[in-house]
Amino acid sequence: MSSTMNETSARMPEVDAAVADRARISIRNLDFFYGSNRALKSIFLDLPEGKVTGMIGPSGCGKSTLLRVLNRMYDLYPGQRATGEVLLDGENVIAPGIDLNQLRSRIGMVFQKPTPFPMSIYENISFGVKLHERLSKSAMDERVEWSLTRAALWDEVKDRLNTSAGGLSGGQQQRLCIARTIAVRPEVILLDEPTSALDPISTLKIEELIDELKRDFTIVIVTHNMQQAARIADQVAFFYLGEMVEVGAAAQMFTAPSERRTQEYITGRFG
Amino acid sequence: MDDPTVSSTAAPPLTGARKMPLRRAGSGAVGDRVFAALAYAAGMLVLVLLGGIILSLLIGGLPAFRAFGPHFLVDANWDPVQQQYGAAVPIYGTLITSVLALLIAVPLAFGIAFWLTELAPAWLRRPVGTAVELLAAVPSIIYGMWGFFMIVPFMSSYVQPFVIDGLADVPVLSDLFQGPPFGTGIATAALILAVMVIPFIAATMRDVFQTVPAVFKESAYGVGCTTWEVMRSIVIPYTRVSVMGGIMLGLGRALGETMAVTFVIGNTNRISPSLFGPGNTIASLVALEFPESPAGSLKLASLLALGFILFVISFIVLAISRLLLRPRAGA
Repeated sequence: MSSTMNETSARMPEVDAAVADRARISIRNLDFFYGSNRALKSIFLDLPEGKVTGMIGPSGCGKSTLLRVLNRMYDLYPGQRATGEVLLDGENVIAPGIDLNQLRSRIGMVFQKPTPFPMSIYENISFGVKLHERLSKSAMDERVEWSLTRAALWDEVKDRLNTSAGGLSGGQQQRLCIARTIAVRPEVILLDEPTSALDPISTLKIEELIDELKRDFTIVIVTHNMQQAARIADQVAFFYLGEMVEVGAAAQMFTAPSERRTQEYITGRFG
Repeated sequence: MDDPTVSSTAAPPLTGARKMPLRRAGSGAVGDRVFAALAYAAGMLVLVLLGGIILSLLIGGLPAFRAFGPHFLVDANWDPVQQQYGAAVPIYGTLITSVLALLIAVPLAFGIAFWLTELAPAWLRRPVGTAVELLAAVPSIIYGMWGFFMIVPFMSSYVQPFVIDGLADVPVLSDLFQGPPFGTGIATAALILAVMVIPFIAATMRDVFQTVPAVFKESAYGVGCTTWEVMRSIVIPYTRVSVMGGIMLGLGRALGETMAVTFVIGNTNRISPSLFGPGNTIASLVALEFPESPAGSLKLASLLALGFILFVISFIVLAISRLLLRPRAGA
């Protein structure tokens, strides 16, 4: 175990140099099990504050699983468990006794498919805020406008805030989901293939948005699209068969990966 | 005759091959038409049956409607000696027992469904879920006997005296819960009906709760919802149409339930202000009085008219639920 640790840290100096920030989340020796099936194998990974970390790898490699560990979404399902440490500001979030609602307000998540709640656009935003804060009507109005503006959706919906969110286009719905997530003012935003169900123009908008948001939030994005990872990630981690093969600054990962498996994956040899 | 055949022998297998599928298609088309006609007839049969039942009830009940007019609906008299018949008592009994039953059953059924879908440990979900379905399969006569031998004595010796004494000084409630603690009556019938419809409503609710895509629930958990908040804000809005459907299914069963109610309601043809008082429902009145109604009598006509009214009530319940459940614009 300690040898793995040394190996990992030995592989990481470039990252530290390139990113040179403190880690918002530190994953230490994380294992994850679906029943008896070990889906993540002693993962060590730092998610630097204010940066975008991209997770890439073929289907079933464990990258989405890792995302679902970070906000303990796996807790909803019996038979799934994680061991090791996921430190958010020094606190192990996978330890028992963690307030999950609080945790999820600090680590927000956006899913592959847009999932607007069955209510109005305004309520989609205020819904999550109300769970954690008691705001006056005007403060809530401000918060809704702020988050919709940050999600680059305000101009398109400001005249129909009280209409159903189901009437928005797919790309708009996904930006609404991002607005809904940032409205709670989390520290970390997890994005699980947020553009895989969207057209290229909506994808571009979301990517620009992510670039904008990283000033205020620590962002983790799982993507199947390596160009996307190259475009928006500062740090890229490559996963294969439940292991984290390599992590590095995006530029270095896509030009000079140190592992042969990474090289083969990004050149399309498999995946 | 030979010549043309010979001239076209260039491809004899082709002509043979072309004839075969054509002939098959021909015989198949007849089969298709017969089957389509049968399916059409089966579909039409539904309308014919429904119309036939309504019509025969209406025609059978016509003498009663003619004799008593609209007053039939509000007349609380049921007097075979004077040949005076009114539907108010059984209509009131039917509605009040069904509504009370739903008031008891819906929260409990919701609790069962909520627990089964969100809270129960995995190893308990199947056995309890199956038990709920089995409860739905218990014949109503068994509920009737169980109600008569278990619930009625229980109500009369434990529940009713306690409630009647306890609420004696409370203004409105003392009127609702008064009288001798017979054990039978409106409240007991409602209780039995509630037990009978709970499995229907709970099973439907559980099934529709399970249809909510996991990703929607996860997004709600993702902004920090508790299980209850996910249920209230995501699951229920998503499934409200089907949930109402399940409740209507229960209401439909409660409105028409005969045996179990007949055992415990007390079978008295008057409206008692007390919920512990005896009463009657349309179904139990018809079941009890039908054998004593000679063909062509005004009594039989009145009973058929009651049946027609029950039919109309059920129809209205369904129509109202449809109206309420119109999907909201854009939702």
